[in-house]
Amino acid sequence: MNRGAGRGGVVAVTAATALVGAACGGSATAPASGDAPGGTVTVLAAASLTEPFERLADRLGEEYPDLEVVFSFGPSSGLVEQVVSGAPADVLATADTGTMDNAVAAGVVDGEPAVFARNTLALVVPAANPGGVTGLADLAREDLLVAICEPQVPCGTAAGRLLDAAGVVAAPDTLTTDVKEAAALVALGEADAALIYRTDAVAEGDAVETVPAPDSDAVVNDYPVAVLADAPNPAGARAVVAAITGELGRSILAEAGFLEP
Amino acid sequence: MSRPRRADDLRVPVALLIPSLIGVAILVLPMLGLLLRAPWRDLPSILVSQEVLTALRLSLTTATVATLVALACGVPVAWLLARTALPGRALLRGLVTVPLVLPPVIGGVALLMVFGRRGVIGSWLDETFGVSLPFTTAAVVVAQVFVAMPFLIVAVEGALRTTDSRYEDVAATLGAGSWTTFRRVTLPAVAPGVLAGAVLCWARALGEFGATVTFAGSLPGTTRTLPIEAYVAIGAGDSDVAVVLSLLMIVVSVAILVGLRERWIGTA
Repeated sequence: MNRGAGRGGVVAVTAATALVGAACGGSATAPASGDAPGGTVTVLAAASLTEPFERLADRLGEEYPDLEVVFSFGPSSGLVEQVVSGAPADVLATADTGTMDNAVAAGVVDGEPAVFARNTLALVVPAANPGGVTGLADLAREDLLVAICEPQVPCGTAAGRLLDAAGVVAAPDTLTTDVKEAAALVALGEADAALIYRTDAVAEGDAVETVPAPDSDAVVNDYPVAVLADAPNPAGARAVVAAITGELGRSILAEAGFLEP
Repeated sequence: MSRPRRADDLRVPVALLIPSLIGVAILVLPMLGLLLRAPWRDLPSILVSQEVLTALRLSLTTATVATLVALACGVPVAWLLARTALPGRALLRGLVTVPLVLPPVIGGVALLMVFGRRGVIGSWLDETFGVSLPFTTAAVVVAQVFVAMPFLIVAVEGALRTTDSRYEDVAATLGAGSWTTFRRVTLPAVAPGVLAGAVLCWARALGEFGATVTFAGSLPGTTRTLPIEAYVAIGAGDSDVAVVLSLLMIVVSVAILVGLRERWIGTA
């Protein structure tokens, strides 16, 4: 999209934007003026970040035409495993601190991860609520098709905490490896109920309805982001992390339904 | 072909040797890599862990049921393809063997769209009988049959084509009905081919992942087969379990393929 612009002008414009950005933002992680970040930045991110991160990349592309952000979305724990196995990535953003702690412990993270957003769970049903779901207790009903995330992935860990707190022993019919899969099953009408992040409920739009589950606010996931130790493009990675944790990221994430850290 | 091979026949031109070594490396190295990475010390405890045993039991059961279904339906299909002058036979053969080349996930999506609760047949099943197929053990079997039956059909059709149909003609002239002929003459003649097809079909069903996880989901004891257990393990960051399960699948597959080659395809 941004590649069509004339080359000569691009350098001048990016240098200027970088200068302005550095002056206005005043953030310590902002790129130094004069060398605008460029090249490809590979970001491994939790599936629940799909929509806001893609929007963020589009906006970032306008600011830094030479910067191309490539995403791989998936379950946080799997992403950490990929990094540990040597996946050539620059940035890691997970859906809870537990998975990020594993990455830190494995020594693949450069510096301290920064929490940039928070999320809570939502009990969702297909449009028109065919299963007549009224609350968390319905997740124990055998007659309903219930989808919950795998206990080892962040949305599943959070679901387990929420169900424990509510004293509900769920009867799931399928355990999904990432939250998007559970959301898709409800949107397709193949599952009667699922526990997904409230941001994913927002992303699904009219295809799903959210059933009020008062206790759900009690369980909150912190989303950390970090530059990876072996990042092929550390300068680009720092610029992307600065954007995620900065003003631009905050507004886009808030729009998607994420809570402020 | 029947000329006895001498030792100097084994001299291979470099132009063939180098690419063939690369080819073998591409195919075999990943499996050897698993051996290097295998957690040998924890291997026994992982193999007998509750999750693995549950998944193994489910995989063995569903793959066996799927193979029986494939035998019951696939052998007749192969017979139709090999022995009748059915109009549109080439098209039929193409259609029933598509799952051989179709990405299994696509098969799973197709199954979900047809048998899912909003699907053409699924919605009817749900409304009329209150039966919902997806996310049940039966759905695992359906997914496995969909992906594995073509292997059986291809093997049996091949066997039928290479056996002499004159015995069937003789049986018919002696007064045997077509069903009796099929049962008493045709089937015994192609028995090794049917067995080989059934074993291939079973192995493919055992390894089925994409269609199963899409159509049947993943719930321990109900729909989580061995390959899904491996996928879940790697997604959850538990690579040791994933490696052990992968090794298990490879050992089973190699044993079956080597055994098949020796016994029925005849390399000797």
